[in-house]
Amino acid sequence: MSEDLDTFPKLLARNAREFGSKPALREKEFGIWQALSWQQYHDKVRDFSLGLVSLGFERGDKVAIIGNNRPEWVCAELAAQGAGGAGVGIYQDSNLTEVAFVIDHCDAKFVVAEDQEQVDKILDMIDKLPKLKNVIYAEPRGMRKYDHPALISFAAVEEKGRAMHQAEPSRWEQNIAAGKGSDAAIISYTSGTTGSPKGAVLTFDNLIVMAKSVNAVDQKLQSDEFVSFLPLAWIGEQMVSVTISLLVGFTINFPEDPSTVTEDIREIGPHSMFAPPRIWENMTSTVQVKIMDTTRFKRWMYEWAMPIGYQIADLKFKKQPVPLGLALLHKLSYWALFRPLKERLGLSNLRTCSTGGAALGPDVFRFFHALGVPLKQLYGQTEISGISCIHPDGDVQFHTVGKPIPGTDVKISADGEILSRSASITPGYYKNDDATKQTIRGGWLHSGDAGYLTDDGHLVVIDRIKDVMRLADGTQFSPQYIENRLKFSPYIKEAVVIGNDRPQLTAMICIDMSIVGKWAENQKISYTTYTDLAAKESVYGLLEKEVEKVNETLPQAAKLKRFVLLYKELDADDEELTRTRKVRRGFVEDRYKDVIDALYSDKTDVPIDTTIKFQDGKTARFQTTLLLRDLT
Amino acid sequence: MAQLEVKNITLRFGGVTAIKGVGFNVEQGTIHAIIGPNGAGKTSMLNCISGVYRPQEGQIVLNGQDITALSPYARTGMGLARTFQNIALFKGMSVLDNLLIGRHTHQKTGVLAGGIYYGSGQKEEVVHREYVEDIIDFLEIESIRKKTVGTLAYGLQKRVELARALALEPKILLLDEPMAGMNAEEKEDMARFVLDINEDRGTTIIMIEHDMGVVMDISNRVVVLNFGQKIADGTPHEVQRSSDVQKAYLGQEA
Repeated sequence: MSEDLDTFPKLLARNAREFGSKPALREKEFGIWQALSWQQYHDKVRDFSLGLVSLGFERGDKVAIIGNNRPEWVCAELAAQGAGGAGVGIYQDSNLTEVAFVIDHCDAKFVVAEDQEQVDKILDMIDKLPKLKNVIYAEPRGMRKYDHPALISFAAVEEKGRAMHQAEPSRWEQNIAAGKGSDAAIISYTSGTTGSPKGAVLTFDNLIVMAKSVNAVDQKLQSDEFVSFLPLAWIGEQMVSVTISLLVGFTINFPEDPSTVTEDIREIGPHSMFAPPRIWENMTSTVQVKIMDTTRFKRWMYEWAMPIGYQIADLKFKKQPVPLGLALLHKLSYWALFRPLKERLGLSNLRTCSTGGAALGPDVFRFFHALGVPLKQLYGQTEISGISCIHPDGDVQFHTVGKPIPGTDVKISADGEILSRSASITPGYYKNDDATKQTIRGGWLHSGDAGYLTDDGHLVVIDRIKDVMRLADGTQFSPQYIENRLKFSPYIKEAVVIGNDRPQLTAMICIDMSIVGKWAENQKISYTTYTDLAAKESVYGLLEKEVEKVNETLPQAAKLKRFVLLYKELDADDEELTRTRKVRRGFVEDRYKDVIDALYSDKTDVPIDTTIKFQDGKTARFQTTLLLRDLT
Repeated sequence: MAQLEVKNITLRFGGVTAIKGVGFNVEQGTIHAIIGPNGAGKTSMLNCISGVYRPQEGQIVLNGQDITALSPYARTGMGLARTFQNIALFKGMSVLDNLLIGRHTHQKTGVLAGGIYYGSGQKEEVVHREYVEDIIDFLEIESIRKKTVGTLAYGLQKRVELARALALEPKILLLDEPMAGMNAEEKEDMARFVLDINEDRGTTIIMIEHDMGVVMDISNRVVVLNFGQKIADGTPHEVQRSSDVQKAYLGQEA
C-alpha cells in the first residue's frame, strides 16, 4: 500500500486530482440524474468537514448518520474522517430506542439526519443524549417550524466550512495529512440476533485491505456504474459505495426514492451489483408473475427459451463443455429472450454480481445463470470488514459460499465453528472488551456459524452453532436449514421452525402476499387483507403441498408434523426480525407462545388477541383466529 | 381586506334552498375548514366559490374583485384551484400527463407552434416539466410518475389530484374531502401535505373535511353549516364549544 493513500480522505483528494470532472456520485432528483464530479464531491466533503470543525468537532469524535442513501450520507462520513473522526451509520428504519442507543453508545457529538422523520426520532430522545451537540438535517422540507437550538441544516454547516476554508486555506490539507491508516474509519453496529447491538471498529487499513482483496477476485473498473440502494449502515454497502468506489473511482448512483429502486436500476444498467437474497428472489418472482400475465406469444417464447438457458447453466455448473447445437440455440434464445429480459431488469451491463447475508435457493441461482447473469454467493461478517469467502469465477456451487478471498484464512474449529483470519479483522468492539475477547481469540474471528470445508476448498455454512437444536428424543436438526428450504417456495416469505426439546417439528409460516394473492386471483378466490388471505382453507391446501415437498427431502425423524400460517408478516419494527431480516428466534417464540402451545396440543385452531406496534410508537389491538394444519 | 369574501350567498335548486344567506371571510395564508352534517350545503358552497354553480343572491369577492359572474376557467386564471370529492382525473393518462395538463392555463404557445413542437413548444415544455417535477418531489409521488392513473390505489389518486391542482399555481386551493376513504396513515400523510402546501407555498386552503380530528388539528378557522345555514364561524376551539354545533352533530336533548 503506498504510504500516502492510507485513508479515505486521501483517496478522495487523489480522485479529485486524477478524475476531476468525471462523475463520482449521481442522484436522481426532479426526474433527472444529477451528477456530482469527483472535484465537487471532494469540495462538498471539505466544506462539510471544516464546518464540523468550526462547530467544535475534534480528532477522534464521531458523527452518527441516519437516513436513506444520498450524497449527503457519504459526504458526512468522509467529512468526519477528514476531520480525524469516524462515521457511524444507523439503519434508517430503526426505532427510537435503537437510534438513541447507538448515538449514545458511540459518543456521537453530531448526528446527520436525512429529513424531518429522522430528526423527529432524535429530538424525541434528545434529553437522554447529553453528549450530542448538534443535529444536522439534509432535507429542509417540513423543518420550517422547528426551532430546537441543536438543529442546523447541512447547507449551513457547509457554509461555515467555506468560510473557514477562506480563512485557513491549508487547514483541510493539514487535517487530511494528519490521518493514519490505523485510525478508526467507521464503527459498524451489528444487528445481533440477541441483546444490544455491538459496534465493530474498523480502521482504514482494515477496509482498504478488504477492498483490494475483493477487487482481486471480483474486479471493478473505473468506468463502472453502481446503484447504491441498500442501507449504508450495512458493511456490505459501505464496502462497495465508499471503500471500493474511492479505491477504483467508479460512479455511485443514488435512487430517487426507496420505492423507485427497480426503475432506477433499469435506467442506470449497473456493471456490478451486490444484494441480499430477497432482492434476487423478488426479481425472479416478479418475472414469473409477469410472464403469467403476458401475451401468449411472449409466454411461448419464455417457455421455449428458458429450458435452453437452464441446460447451459447446468452444464457450466458441472464444468462440462457445451455442445455446438446447444450453443447455437443459445445464441438464438439470447436475442429472442435473454437480452430483452435482462434489459427489462436493468441487468444488461452486469459483469459481476453477488448475494450474501443468507442462503439463496438453487432455483433462483439457476434462473439468473440461465439468463447469463453470473450470480455468486459470498460470506462474511461485519467484524472482518464484510467478506471472507466468495465463489470464484466459473466455480459456482449452490450449497457453498465459495472459497476464501486472497489474504484470508478460513478453518473449522474442533467443535465445528467457522474461524477466519485476515488483516481486515476489527481491532475490537467499541467500549465492549468482553465481547471482543469472546469473538476474537488468538487472532481468529469466531463466527458462531457451524460449517465445514469441502474437498475442493469451498466453505459450506450450516447454521448458527447455537441454533443447531435437538428434539426431545435427541435428534439433531437445524431450524434455519429447514426454514431456508421452505423459503425456496415462492409462496413462502418467512418461516420459523420449532422443535427444541419438543417431541416433533412444527412450523409457523408467513405467506408471500403478492404471489399467493396472484394465485388466489387466478383461482377466483376473493380476499381482503393479508390476515384474511392467510386464513383461507384453499391457501392452507396450497401451502400444505409446498411443505410436503420440503418434507420429502428431510430425514424421517426431522420431518415437519404441523404448521400454521401467521396472520401477519414478521417485521423488524416488531423486533421479530433483525434489520437485516434474520428471524429473532427467542423473541418470536415468546411472542407467539399461544400459537406454539396450540401447535403442540390437539386443538385445530387458536384464537389470537394481540397488540400491534407501529413505527411511530402507536399501538393497535388485533383479534383473529388461526387454523392449524396437520401433515401426514 | 380578506383575500376571499363570501357575502350573503343564497343558492336554490327549484324549490329547494341549498344555501341560505351564508357569508364568511377567508384571510390570506390560512387553512379554512367547512364542516357540517350530510346535506348541509358544503360542496354547494365550494361549487359557488369555484364557479360550478351561480348563486341566486350574494357575491363572491376575490382580492376586492367581484367574481360571482365569472366562469370557472376565468377564476382558475385568477388563482383558484380545486380537487373533487370523487376523483376527476384522466384515468387513461399517466400521472405526468395529468399534471402537465394542470399547467394548461400557464401555457403560452399556440396550437400551431405547439404542434410543430421543436422551438418554442419544446422550450416551454421543459419549463413546465420542471415545475411539475418540483410538485412530484413535493408530494413524494416519484415512483408513480409514469404510471397510468387508473391503475393506482385510491389514496394515491387523491394525491395525484392534489398535485394537479398545485400545478395550476393556485393562490387559493379548494379541497373537497381530501381525506375521505383513506386509512389512518394516508390521512396523516395528506394532513402533512396540506400543512406543507400552506406553510411552504403560502397557499390559502379552503377544505371540506369530515374527520374532526384532522379539522381541529390543522385548520385556523372553521365554518359550520347546517341545512344551508351558517351556525358557527370561529377558531376550532370556539366552534367546538358552540352549543348550536353540538346540537347539529349530536342532536338535541329531549
